[in-house]
Amino acid sequence: MAKYRLTVNGAEKTIDVDPSTPLLWVLREELKLTGTKYGCGISACGACTVHVSGVATRSCIVPVSLIGDRPIVTIEAMANDPVGRAVQNAWVEKDVVQCGYCQSGQIMSAVALLKVTPNPTETNVDESMGGNLCRCATYVRIREAIASAARQIKQGAA
Amino acid sequence: MFALHRLLASVVALGLCVFAITVAFAAKSSHQNTAAGLAAWEQVYSVLVSPRCINCHTATNYPQQGDDRHRHFANVVRGPDGHGVPALNCISCHQETNADSTGVPGGRNWHLAPLSMQWQDVNDRPLSSAAVCRAVTDRSKNENMDGPALLKHHEEEPLVLWAWNPGRKPDGTARTLPPISHQQFIAATRTWVEAGTPCPKGK
Repeated sequence: MAKYRLTVNGAEKTIDVDPSTPLLWVLREELKLTGTKYGCGISACGACTVHVSGVATRSCIVPVSLIGDRPIVTIEAMANDPVGRAVQNAWVEKDVVQCGYCQSGQIMSAVALLKVTPNPTETNVDESMGGNLCRCATYVRIREAIASAARQIKQGAA
Repeated sequence: MFALHRLLASVVALGLCVFAITVAFAAKSSHQNTAAGLAAWEQVYSVLVSPRCINCHTATNYPQQGDDRHRHFANVVRGPDGHGVPALNCISCHQETNADSTGVPGGRNWHLAPLSMQWQDVNDRPLSSAAVCRAVTDRSKNENMDGPALLKHHEEEPLVLWAWNPGRKPDGTARTLPPISHQQFIAATRTWVEAGTPCPKGK
């Protein structure tokens, strides 16, 4: 076991866990931030996506010992983020969600995309969201929602 | 007078002989040097086309993984600068060191080599020794590296060094290493560079 100080959604947290513990389980089990989901456990589905230093990161395969002092942002903080808010609004507007299990990861990836590429092309969306799987196949609505969020951000509505 | 002429002629003849022998030795030495350089290059090439290296020197829009060099899973793409795309960057998974507990390899600035340094064709077949050598020594393609800079690159670049410390796979077994040790790789690179980075002839 080892102690780690993490900055999660702007707050400092201290945890005492095995260094090999994936960040996902630190978030869910130690910090009770259960919005981030366990999907495949091998970074193949994107359900566990969080932001580490602003980079969309697959938390299921990153041991907590490799996080260092990089700030972590999870789905729970998206309502306080202008781009996150726009994406969540668009998700509601387009009624994207079916079962919902993968959607926090989808939203975290969409936010990461729009922060770097505010006016994404269809190729941008396909490439950036290509690592996020949805068993309900909500992909068409996800694309529409990202386009809607981009418009909202452009209009300053977020 | 006649004896003096004969003496001078003998001296000139002797000088010419020495010169010819020197030139012959120099040519032979140069030939041997080039031969040694070419042999050393083949050792270097054996490393460059091993999976730990060539999997990120692709000619395509994606990296490869595994000893069978299959396409990287999760729809990973190259992106504009070889670092992936937003939300699916290389560092979305690959951290600065190997994550042996989860089987994800890592190293500083994990990324794909530029397309100018592709060592395989678009059908994922490794290029020939001559073609890779031409690319590696072309300063318009290799970030303007001359021989000594190539040697330094092989000695110090973290992602080159990673090939000999590739960590464990998700099943816990060790990834395979290049065919020769890093020490042998550096020795071969040095021999090749000191020979003037000769390349094999051919396509």
